Amino acid sequence: MRVFGDAWGVSTETLIGAAELRAFLHGLPGVDQVGAEERAARLATRSIKTSAKAEAIDLAISMVDLTTLEGADTAGKVAALCAKAAHPDPSDPSVPKVAAVCVYPDMVEVAVRSLEGTGIGVASVATAFPSGRAPLEAKLADTRAAVAAGAAEIDMVIDRGAFLSGDFLKVFEEITAVKQACGQAHLKVILETGELSTYDNVRRASWLAMRAGADFIKTSTGKVSPAATLPVTLVMLEAVRDYRAATGRQVGVKPAGGIRTTKDAIKYLVLVNETAGPDWLTPHWFRLGASSVLNDLLMQRRKLSTGVYSGPDYFTLD
Amino acid sequence: MVFEYAPAPESRSVVDIRGSYGLFIDGEFVDGHGEPFKTINPADEAVLADVACADEADVDRAVKAARIAFERVWGPMPGAERAKYLYRIARIIQERSRELAVLESIDNGKPIRESRDVDVPLVAAWFFYYAGWADKLGHAGFGPDPKPVGVAGQVIPWNFPLLMLAWKIAPALACGNTVVLKPAETTPLTALLFADICRQADLPPGVVNIITGAGDTGRALVAHEGVDKVAFTGSTDVGRQIARTLAGTSKKLTLELGGKAANIVYADAALDQAVEGIVNGIFFNQGHVCCAGSRLLVQESVAEEVLERLKARMATLRVGDPLDKNTDIGAINSAAQLDKIRELSAAGEQEGAGRWSPPCQLPDRGFWFAPTLFTGVAQSHRIAREEIFGPVLSVLTFRTPEEAVTKANNTPYGLSAGIWTEKGSQILWTAQRLRAGVVWANTFNKFDPASPFGGYKESGFGREGGRHGLEAYLNV
Repeated sequence: MRVFGDAWGVSTETLIGAAELRAFLHGLPGVDQVGAEERAARLATRSIKTSAKAEAIDLAISMVDLTTLEGADTAGKVAALCAKAAHPDPSDPSVPKVAAVCVYPDMVEVAVRSLEGTGIGVASVATAFPSGRAPLEAKLADTRAAVAAGAAEIDMVIDRGAFLSGDFLKVFEEITAVKQACGQAHLKVILETGELSTYDNVRRASWLAMRAGADFIKTSTGKVSPAATLPVTLVMLEAVRDYRAATGRQVGVKPAGGIRTTKDAIKYLVLVNETAGPDWLTPHWFRLGASSVLNDLLMQRRKLSTGVYSGPDYFTLD
Repeated sequence: MVFEYAPAPESRSVVDIRGSYGLFIDGEFVDGHGEPFKTINPADEAVLADVACADEADVDRAVKAARIAFERVWGPMPGAERAKYLYRIARIIQERSRELAVLESIDNGKPIRESRDVDVPLVAAWFFYYAGWADKLGHAGFGPDPKPVGVAGQVIPWNFPLLMLAWKIAPALACGNTVVLKPAETTPLTALLFADICRQADLPPGVVNIITGAGDTGRALVAHEGVDKVAFTGSTDVGRQIARTLAGTSKKLTLELGGKAANIVYADAALDQAVEGIVNGIFFNQGHVCCAGSRLLVQESVAEEVLERLKARMATLRVGDPLDKNTDIGAINSAAQLDKIRELSAAGEQEGAGRWSPPCQLPDRGFWFAPTLFTGVAQSHRIAREEIFGPVLSVLTFRTPEEAVTKANNTPYGLSAGIWTEKGSQILWTAQRLRAGVVWANTFNKFDPASPFGGYKESGFGREGGRHGLEAYLNV
């Protein structure tokens, strides 16, 4: 596939210059805002019913990164969340477990201990989450600590200030440095699309992160509004699709924040299905960063199997 | 994993299709005196209803009823009063939108997603928009107190049965005219449901008359000496016949005919959205769109990539049951139209163009045609010159903007065109040189009641929509 000229095929290991990087990112095809939003809105009208809905709900549950990122988090709260992650609906063992539990670095140890033997990974935010405003050394120390405590996945934030001021190389080098600090842990790069202001920027940031070695690109911290939106996720899914076509390497996508209902979750799955394609429809390549959506998924799941809605008190609040 | 969407059919129970339908003349459903015909569901060939056929005497009755209503009631009525009826009709259309959408999809074959999200909302919008003009005609730029023309004879096609009815009836009534409208013989049902809406709105009898039938009925209508104005949307051949019939008479005429629109994609376009626009341009409504972007002109340096993306996108199009809410492409409207699409596609292959369709399973019954594209098309090929009116895209390439404009204009038609580029100056440069009535930039097939629509050359003359659309229905 001949796409963006000679810049294709640059391996993530190659050292690149600021000018080359800027030329590459500005040479990416633009995103027409009206068209992208229209496409996302149209896909959102897909009607997913009966057997397809049941399938989608289980898939969505298995993709959830169950998240708590509050200053007020305690070891008890994290342990409770982990229990929920392993058995989302204690009364129904056929419910799949979630993909991962996502916490702050100091809670990784508690989470790892609580999840032992469940096969559920622990993801930790790092690099001065959510603002990303700290010296590189501090960000790397943050990352190493989380990895040392047993985090299998690191959700880093990019330096949006550097990105918006055009210092792409700084962002690139930070990502490669964090990637190195991750060791075996998977790296998710949070673009914080709510601060990037244009879809063109979302596409550029996606490519920047992928070329710097991201295993996943993630929309948001959940601390900035708007968090994940369908059109932003559409643009990121197009980016991972194009990146794989060009380099052969597959990168995952994680919308995070603002996904509250089963309807929302299913819209994202449709978007994945018809944009990046079915190859991405596994927890290995697509995640939903959310917490409250899980109970709605469970409620809809029970409604499908029993035909009646159960009240919110029949699902655990953690 | 493979994510299969389970069938999600829209319920038909909202629609009550009668066994037979009469003509709507002077506020009543009456028998026709021609040979009744059947309308079928193109998705499964099931007969839906027997429909009356108007002969010359029926046409005469309808025109006379319209004349009396024009002279006694509708013509003298103050604009503000006419507006009330139009607003009422618009609101009833919204209230009965699901019924109209389902019936439109059943009779026409178009996917419910389009009849629900595009056709019916636009129909309501058209009536709302022209209702607003009814008491402001003195400010439309046609003099301080422009007068209506009289009785309008209107003949509409089968591709957007209800929307074309709205395009014709809303401005005519707003300006104080009365109408006799003939829907296409393969898609009469929503027009007859609209007749029911006119009664529900207490529209005075004779203001709107709907007569059904085939070519003979249409010929009788446009030739009738009591008709003051003829509006026709349809094929260029029939448009020519009508123009001949009307030559030398005092009747006003507007024609909206065929098209072979160029959709020009420059190398710097937002490619994903351009691909989306190409798909909307040619596969919207199974390609049964006079302004469809049936000729893709793509700049050579990105041609390969655009085609690759386009093919991947076409592979996700869902062809099938028009009433399934997830269907993207429905049924071809009639056996005759399917034959024509097949014939022209075969000609494309014979002339050496490369034919491609994504793998897709078509239903056994009904009229179906897989979305198709032809590569390596030359300007001289029939598929680059003749209107196919189906889901068939001809792909041509160009090197320079001048070449794009030359190729785009090198057609007997001139209804619409599309331009895809991220560069504003390129849009303006190109649009100024395209001889087409509508030029879309970074979008395609967008309609709005405030925007005039119409063609150059063999695509017809006159404008419908917006302030311009009033002119055809005013004595100016």
